Amino acid sequence: MGARSVVTMTATAIEAIDLVKTFGDLTAVDHVSFTVPEGTVLGLLGPNGAGKTTAVRMMTTLSPPTSGTARVAGYDVRTHPDQVRASMGLTGQAATVDELLTGRENLRMIADLYGLPRPRVRRVADDLLERFSLADAATKVVKEYSGGMRRRLDLAASLIATPPVLFLDEPTTGLDPRSRQELWEVLRNLVEQGTTLLLTTQYLEEADHLADRIIVIDHGTVIADGTPLQLKDASGAARIVLTVSNADDLSAAESLLRGLIPEVRVDPANRQITGSAEGLDAITRIAAGVQNLGIEIDDLGLKRPSLDDVFLNLTGHRAEPQLAATEESA
Amino acid sequence: MSTVRVHTNTDAPPRSEDPPPGGRVGAQQRAPFIRQVITLTRRNLTHIKRQPEMLSDVTIQPVMFVLLFAYVFGGSIQTNGSGYREWIMAQTMAFSAFVVAFGLSNDLTKGVIDRFRSLPINRGSVLVARSTSSLIHSSLGVIVMSLTGLIVGWRVRGSFLEALAGYALLMLFGFAMIWLGILVGSVMRSVEGVNGVIFTTIFPLTFLANTFAPSENMPHWLRVIAEWNPISSLVQAMRDLWGNGAPPPVDAQWPLHHPIIATIAWAIIFTAILAPLAMRAYVNRTRD
Repeated sequence: MGARSVVTMTATAIEAIDLVKTFGDLTAVDHVSFTVPEGTVLGLLGPNGAGKTTAVRMMTTLSPPTSGTARVAGYDVRTHPDQVRASMGLTGQAATVDELLTGRENLRMIADLYGLPRPRVRRVADDLLERFSLADAATKVVKEYSGGMRRRLDLAASLIATPPVLFLDEPTTGLDPRSRQELWEVLRNLVEQGTTLLLTTQYLEEADHLADRIIVIDHGTVIADGTPLQLKDASGAARIVLTVSNADDLSAAESLLRGLIPEVRVDPANRQITGSAEGLDAITRIAAGVQNLGIEIDDLGLKRPSLDDVFLNLTGHRAEPQLAATEESA
Repeated sequence: MSTVRVHTNTDAPPRSEDPPPGGRVGAQQRAPFIRQVITLTRRNLTHIKRQPEMLSDVTIQPVMFVLLFAYVFGGSIQTNGSGYREWIMAQTMAFSAFVVAFGLSNDLTKGVIDRFRSLPINRGSVLVARSTSSLIHSSLGVIVMSLTGLIVGWRVRGSFLEALAGYALLMLFGFAMIWLGILVGSVMRSVEGVNGVIFTTIFPLTFLANTFAPSENMPHWLRVIAEWNPISSLVQAMRDLWGNGAPPPVDAQWPLHHPIIATIAWAIIFTAILAPLAMRAYVNRTRD
């Protein structure tokens, strides 16, 4: 590139600016703002009906904001919807592929609609089928595809015009664990190649795995924003967990821990004692103390709060992915 | 390896000719409108191919109608000229103009519309493609009807060009009516609803005309309505062009004396009113 003195800044790929969406009396999205730098992954995390899908629909021009706006690749969704559409791919919550067409026909149709040169239409479709392990099912009607195959085809369809920005609305909802892992792998590769990703999910694990940054949204408002690590730290200190081998040692171990760390709690059923881990040297001292007292232990470790704990801490209620069937319809 | 990204000014909205920040390949693809329509029409026709039962309205129904009208009504209604069987054909054909854009209301309940709307394509292309594929669909019915008609004794007695003009008028009128189907399809929430509305509005309309029985025997007020009915113009135009039946009575309303012009006018008026309404209903329906 040569030594040019250019001010390097990371470009902003997605920008939500005070987005609001109301449906009658219901405020589905309530003054949501955030930015996503190019080449990063933002996880929009929240339970059913939190407003994730509505936010994505506004950012992808499918639904006009009640107020506020969003920019995708620098284009305003209100004033330049066509440029936004040309710069992004969307994989919606409901599979957005055509059930009565074959996998190949689906991809070719979309390539045609993008206006790719005709020889490229064929090549791009076949390349993507290959890349998403759908080559064998290329001539099968999508109706006969499994859930995982549909999602992969859906994602492939979003990639036809190699858009710099990709929106994925609950990409793995309803997938079995193996298909989910496969999809994650594909998404990681895309990000490595420079694609910016915004994904909504109600799987805390998914956001933890994929996202550089997580925005937690509940009842239409942003209630937390940070890296997965920051969010975990914010929801309280990590805890030290000591499991003794014999229940008889519980009281001795308890008094040892009470001398060293605060908030000690005993769980006799699991022969476990937990306490707040303020400073990691506490672990070393506990280990030494246990040895001195001759207490036999099964395990001594540090437990960081999971995103599930984070969510409980932030909202006062648990995220409930099992209610996926009643997901927000708006 | 040092990738230097120059930040474009995102505070000012970019003008449409600006490349997107980063100027990535593929971000500004556009298909010409005609290619969008052809692609989507092909998709709609593939649907028909994959669901052959969708063709029952243009295969079994037309045959049924021709036989029903030719033999059940044909025996009991007296008309001037070349017989009821021939006279009724134009009306039977007019039925095929009402192939409804059912596929649209089907699409609207599925995620694929979101896909189309997230693409940089003209919003009208989905509807124009729908009307085009519906027209192709209904012309199949016209062919089946014509063949059945020929078997039961219907003949085109005009010239080849006149015959062709008759078919062209039928298609033109059908195109206008498809927009009614698209409008209803966009407004109604279910396929069943579309069926109901179309049937209860179109069915009386086709009877309140010179289609099944000559209009001169009706009470005066009814006759005026029937003769101004667009379907009467269409049917009269086809009868004239195909040489099936006598010219209209001298005291008939203006449209029956100028049926070709009247039909073209009706088709233009309907399309001019219905197409924008349908477009608006479709955009509203798919907004949120």
